[in-house]
Amino acid sequence: MKYQTYKTDLPVMMPYKPVEIENFGSSIKFWYLVPILALILGTSAIAQSGSDIRLGTMQTLMRWMPLLLQGFIFNVLISVMAMAIGTGLGAALGIGQLSHNRLVRSSSWLLTQFFRNAPWLVLLFFAMFLLPFEVNIFGIIVPLPDWVKATIGLALPVMANVSEIIRGAVLSLPSGQWEAAESLAYSRRQTLWLIILPQCLKRMLPPWMNLYAILTMATVLASIVGVSEVMTLTGEALAAEGGRPDLLAPFYAFVLLIFFVYCYPIAQLTMRLERKFSVIN
Amino acid sequence: MSWNDSEPMVSIKDVYKSFGTLEVLKGVSLDVMKGEVICIIGPSGSGKSTLIRCINGLNDVQAGSILVEGQEVNDPELDKLELRKKVGMVFQQYNLFPHKTALENVMMAPIRVLKHDKEIAKKAAVDLLRKVGLEDKEKAYPGEMSGGQQQRVAIARSLAMNPDVILFDEVTAALDPETVNEVLLTIKRLAEDGMTCILVTHEMGFAREVSDRVAFFHEGKIEEINQAENLFGSPKSKYLKKFLSKVKT
Repeated sequence: MKYQTYKTDLPVMMPYKPVEIENFGSSIKFWYLVPILALILGTSAIAQSGSDIRLGTMQTLMRWMPLLLQGFIFNVLISVMAMAIGTGLGAALGIGQLSHNRLVRSSSWLLTQFFRNAPWLVLLFFAMFLLPFEVNIFGIIVPLPDWVKATIGLALPVMANVSEIIRGAVLSLPSGQWEAAESLAYSRRQTLWLIILPQCLKRMLPPWMNLYAILTMATVLASIVGVSEVMTLTGEALAAEGGRPDLLAPFYAFVLLIFFVYCYPIAQLTMRLERKFSVIN
Repeated sequence: MSWNDSEPMVSIKDVYKSFGTLEVLKGVSLDVMKGEVICIIGPSGSGKSTLIRCINGLNDVQAGSILVEGQEVNDPELDKLELRKKVGMVFQQYNLFPHKTALENVMMAPIRVLKHDKEIAKKAAVDLLRKVGLEDKEKAYPGEMSGGQQQRVAIARSLAMNPDVILFDEVTAALDPETVNEVLLTIKRLAEDGMTCILVTHEMGFAREVSDRVAFFHEGKIEEINQAENLFGSPKSKYLKKFLSKVKT
């Protein structure tokens, strides 16, 4: 136990043990796409058996694919922006939850709890219908299109979750770190910014990435409020094809596939980081 | 009010402290003069660590007074940061900052807290690491050092603030036996240099060798206090006799 730093059972504080971490890029396997492709092809094959003069299912899907992918890029855009806004606001709230000022602490706590325990869809509706269609900032009229409102609506629960991630990470540090910094006459602010938060970053990264993956998958909720993202476009494409029932399964399977391809690597990387940080202090 | 070094540097008077219903300190008084080395011994849970944590304000007290260089520690008006610049502390678990190298651990507080020039602080930190025998560990992170080495960095870190008194809270209790001596030797050199030290320790041989006086704690009170030779050589209290018969001296 020569290298043990702290007497603790927290995995992150355990002694240093080098871990084999393979090169991430080379280790992502795409075998997982096989069953999904099979699903698309399979459903289209069954659909095609009822022979018809109309275009085959696969050809129809191929025709709509560029539009659907464009829609998905919109989902990614919404998720990245909602994550950025939510992280910024959540960081402020999380640090507010640790404040010694009672008013700041309790109001940060209240906001965090309120938005963390609210259904995302309700928050989305809330943002859609309560935000104005344009805002006046110092005389400049800034329009707020639907997708911006949706982004704000989705940023709210992200904010609350980031706030809790920060609070949890800070509280997970051994109290000795605070005491050592206090004994060296660091102010509370210095202790937080120089000693505590830098040590928390590594702990916060995996749950933060996990939250991002969940947010990305939740962006399809924006279709309910009419934002032209991938789900809305899929619905419109299907309607344009006259509501052919044979197209339903392949089209939605395709949407599932895009999300899987995007989110699975994030989940894998998160798990890798979690494993890495669980042994290296 | 001005303080001069003919008065006690740390003056503890009739201090009471409890955690909830558990009374930990029941009327403790102790004066420590400048340059004096005081060891506090006694069974676990007798309040030794709590007392020294009260001296730099990590714990507050319910009654009594603690003066450090004539300033009341429990005065709500007191600037605790100013107090802590004068009172250094070394912990059982070292509590080094794991994301900083040994050198950064030592030089960070002088730069950030005392606003010393970076180059001067760095030079001082290099000298301090040499003083504790770790000149080759400047760039090592705490996780890469043994417990004894980490504890010596922690002592250097505390010294970098140029404190008037240093509190040592069972600093060898978490160490492997073979690294205990290097830490004790470091403290002994400090004591010989005239640093005022208050140590809570279970190392009886060390206490006997290095202390000017030794205080024996029993159930939240100082049961007996005397010169090291007398306290160990001819203990008066029956609790102390019992305690000493149980531990190796």
